Amino acid sequence: MSKVIMNMITQRSIEEGAAMEKGKTNPDYFDACSICEINPEDMKKLGIWKNTNVRVTSECGSVIVKAIEPTQFCPPGLAHIRQGVWANQVVPPRTQSTGTPQYSGFPVTIEPAINEKLKTALELVQGSVGLWKGGK
Amino acid sequence: MPKLITGVGCPYCGSSCDDLEVLVSDDETKVLEVHNSCIIGSNLFHHANDPTRPRLPRQRQPDGSIKEIPYEEAIDYFAKTLLAAKKPLIYGFGSTNCEGMSAIGRIAEKAGAVLDNCATICHGPSFLAMFDNGYPSCTLGEAKNRADVVVFWGCNPMHAHPRHTSRYSIFPRGYFTGKGQMQRTVISVDPRETDTAKLADVHLMLDQGHDYELFDAFRTVLRGHDIPDKVAGIDKETIIKSVDIMKKARFCMIFFGMGCTHTDGRNHNIDAAISMTRDLNDHTKCSIMAMRGHYNIAGPGQVWSWQFGFPYCIDLSKGTHAHMNPGETSSIDLAMRDEVDCFVNVGADAGAHFPIQAVQHLKKHPFIVVDPNFNMASEIADLHIPVRIAGVDEPGVVYRMDNVPIQFKAVLKGLPGVPSDEELFDRVYERMCEITLTQPIWLAAKENRKYPHNTNPMVS
Ligand code: SF4
Repeated sequence: MSKVIMNMITQRSIEEGAAMEKGKTNPDYFDACSICEINPEDMKKLGIWKNTNVRVTSECGSVIVKAIEPTQFCPPGLAHIRQGVWANQVVPPRTQSTGTPQYSGFPVTIEPAINEKLKTALELVQGSVGLWKGGK
Repeated sequence: MPKLITGVGCPYCGSSCDDLEVLVSDDETKVLEVHNSCIIGSNLFHHANDPTRPRLPRQRQPDGSIKEIPYEEAIDYFAKTLLAAKKPLIYGFGSTNCEGMSAIGRIAEKAGAVLDNCATICHGPSFLAMFDNGYPSCTLGEAKNRADVVVFWGCNPMHAHPRHTSRYSIFPRGYFTGKGQMQRTVISVDPRETDTAKLADVHLMLDQGHDYELFDAFRTVLRGHDIPDKVAGIDKETIIKSVDIMKKARFCMIFFGMGCTHTDGRNHNIDAAISMTRDLNDHTKCSIMAMRGHYNIAGPGQVWSWQFGFPYCIDLSKGTHAHMNPGETSSIDLAMRDEVDCFVNVGADAGAHFPIQAVQHLKKHPFIVVDPNFNMASEIADLHIPVRIAGVDEPGVVYRMDNVPIQFKAVLKGLPGVPSDEELFDRVYERMCEITLTQPIWLAAKENRKYPHNTNPMVS
């Protein structure tokens, strides 16, 4: 098992849009967005099977997501987390003085995290501002 | 008898489809069926049935618990918090109607706030490029009736604007495009092989973040010069072939999205795209359009341009004149520099869609959310005020991605006691005027007042 450095983009998907309109605390939203699409070649480098959890770390944070095979082809070296709560744990807020954060095209380190658990949207957001009342 | 309502608008994406049919229960309180929409629109209308939708404002108590409070109290808190803040930030407005956007303009002016909308994290860079370089665009009907070459550059309508290709850009048989898809050549520029790219005749699978170079190469070829063998990971021959297709078009239509605005270069990618569009107009007719995200995110750009002269990032803290400089007055930059001391989130979800560090900064100060539903922002807010859902239980004007205004209908009766954005903001404005002992001049200037109980604002 090893770490790899990849280029991360965060984009839309219809599953994400459809789930969001059911509500951000809906299980569909969790399923649609707590994932990272990685080319099988990169999974080999990581030494993981598809559908295992990985830790994604950027210059400004880190998040546990489930690595899946791309639903739309992603070339090796490029990783994709659907926009939403999980993606925004690692999106750098730097804006190049335009007001728009670096939502796509930032470097991340990805490493296997097979025994780590995924957090819910509420736990991530409330946890980050000190309001999370649920368990660990 | 259930009632079938036709010509309904979908309040989700920038396609702003207005051909939906919604079957509602005879008492007009439940959505039974939604016809013609994509799955997102269908989920949206059905979600309005959710019996757990909030009906009263919810305030966070000192011990962290949440308590429901009456609207009067919430309006009072809203008004006082805004007036007490030195530099409040009011953000959102992707998902509400123009009436609401105009009403918040009056509050923002009164509060000396910074007024910003979702464009700031979306197509804001496109605005910056338009300021520099112009916007040779058209309406979607023109694309449908004329475009025989369609370019999707850094956008994926199959996922983000699901009916865009079937209503406007690829499949419809238009006046001069009677053969529909057969007559159109589709070019997709995307580092992934997206479902849109799979529909395309030519897919340029460029290296992520190298759009600017590729635009440059296109322009260089257009002007008859030589380019290197490979640019941004694309072969010279493919570039020349694509330029040739675009040059020989009768009407070339370029759509662009987050692949250009969210990556390195931001506005400069769009600059280059607009320059390329202009260059193409030496050879053929070519038009460019931003794939705006929400169904009415073009709305605040329009409404606030009439009100203040600027589409977004509007700093009203001087009191007498507005100032705009994204990078300085944008939500994310203000948050990251800790320059605001109150945050109001309307019809958007900063909790989920801002980088988490920006959320942490904003959360240091009073945090108010106005939204029909629970979302991430509402769950970390000090006060969450529910409103009606524009396009579902509140009618209103929305601007489609090509800035064509559409009158949206209400299909359901609103929840009793729950106001629209406009009504809520008017009441907050009145309360602010009462507290500051000033005349509510804007309300007096409003003709055809929709909410009669507001007619005598000085008496409450
Ligand atoms: S394409 Fe967009 S506007 Fe049309 S139904 Fe789907 S979500 Fe609604």
